[in-house]
Amino acid sequence: MAEKMIEFRNVVKRFGEAAVLDGLTFDVEKGEILAVVGPSGTGKSVTLKHIVGLLEPDAGEVTVATDRIGYLFQSGALLAWKTVWENVALPLVETTRLKAGEIDRRVAAALAAVGLADDAAKYPAEISGGMQKRAGLARAIVCEAEVILYDEPTSGLDPVTSAQITRLIRDVNRTRGVTSVVVTHDLGSAFRIASRILLVKDGRAIVCLTPDEFRRSENPEARAFLAAAEGEGL
Amino acid sequence: MSSILKPVEAVGWAGIVAAKAVANFPSVLCRRTGREDLFRQLYATGIRTLPVVTVVSLFMGMILALQVGLELARFNQETLLGAAVMMTLLREMGAFCCGICLAACVGSAIAAELGTMKVNEEIDALVILRIPPMRFLAAPRILALILMAPVLAFYCCIIGAVGGGFVGATQFNVDFQQYMSGAFVMSEAKDLYVGILKATVFGFLVGVISVAEGLGTTRGATGVGKSTQRAVIVSFLAILISGYMVTRLFY
Ligand SMILES: Nc1ncnc2c1ncn2[C@@H]1O[C@H](COP(=O)(O)OP(=O)(O)O)[C@@H](O)[C@H]1O
Ligand SMILES: [Mg+2]
Repeated sequence: MAEKMIEFRNVVKRFGEAAVLDGLTFDVEKGEILAVVGPSGTGKSVTLKHIVGLLEPDAGEVTVATDRIGYLFQSGALLAWKTVWENVALPLVETTRLKAGEIDRRVAAALAAVGLADDAAKYPAEISGGMQKRAGLARAIVCEAEVILYDEPTSGLDPVTSAQITRLIRDVNRTRGVTSVVVTHDLGSAFRIASRILLVKDGRAIVCLTPDEFRRSENPEARAFLAAAEGEGL
Repeated sequence: MSSILKPVEAVGWAGIVAAKAVANFPSVLCRRTGREDLFRQLYATGIRTLPVVTVVSLFMGMILALQVGLELARFNQETLLGAAVMMTLLREMGAFCCGICLAACVGSAIAAELGTMKVNEEIDALVILRIPPMRFLAAPRILALILMAPVLAFYCCIIGAVGGGFVGATQFNVDFQQYMSGAFVMSEAKDLYVGILKATVFGFLVGVISVAEGLGTTRGATGVGKSTQRAVIVSFLAILISGYMVTRLFY
């Protein structure tokens, strides 16, 4: 049995009356890519925020085996008044005592890894949405994150850029052994890169299966979700 | 119930922002990147405010001179115009003009900027990167306002005095040189200190209120609009109320 990186045990989270997470249980193994799919508003983003500690569960337990967690927000969440280079360097400049030369070396390596070496001097407003996400990923890489959480990394991107980002997620996972949790609406990319797919609905885990098992699953919810996604032209 | 609790909550949140920002002032000053941020904020504060504050204080001085001059003229005491205008500016109106301009020009910009960052999840991103927003965003902005407010208030007094002198010369036949010497010879150090203190308090309040409103933003783009509006309104109220209290304390 592989080592567990993240564990959710009967996690409940309420906002007001409504329970957004309602007894969510799943785990993520070290080094795998877990895709989280499900209808909008079922608490997928809320789940990621529990992993990184932005939210605390009302009941149940969340355990994460590392504190080096990167989080790729939908918008990239870069600082508008800093260049791509400065944004990626920011966590090193602000939270470490590394020498300037070492920071430069690491930032250059991270930018090269996401293919942004030539755009380092630009400001976030001057680059495309896909590039902003790659810059956000470089910022997670530069901190040597052991877990990276992706919140809808390909939504709002054209198919070519989507495929690029999907490949990048897989490359970062393979070359750096980064455990990855990818919330996505893009079932195609989930099937391509995920080691397992977690279907969440109404704040509960419905099934957690490998892509092949998921395709052949008899579970009615999984079938319904798959059919709906295929109806959208998968 | 909730309508009673809301203002209490808001004051509590502003108190937390104030305490955490002040606690982080040393680390802003000690770190090279902190000092760079502080200088950027000082520059932004000055540049954003300067055009408006110049016009406001010029006309404030002119209005004061006109009103006071009309009364003094009834007793043939126009020679006291410079002293009267300068005293009013130093004690009250310089800091007041500076305060409202800071709230309108800088406070609104801070609330909008931080509010946008909040709804774009940039604040969450900073927390995840272990960069405390209170140190990285709140402290340099509030400190810049505290440092800049007295400078701008003094500038307001000078510009206002010049405006008053212009009115004195054109409306009341008071020689400009005589007006100015009256303004500077008769003004007391205490008036200057109280005015400067008042401006510092205003800068602090505008900073804390605007940062608290910005970081407290919820509900997307409309939320940013609401926060910006509230930052300005609450700052105006805070300036008036605290201005009265400082005056009570010293006179
Ligand atoms: N900070 C919050 N405060 C109140 N409600 C929230 C908060 N975050 C999320 N929610 C609510 O939780 C539900 C699930 O949100 P989310 O996790 O973003 O869904 P999704 O699965 O589409 O990512 C939504 O109804 C949302 O309104
Ligand atoms: Mg979401």
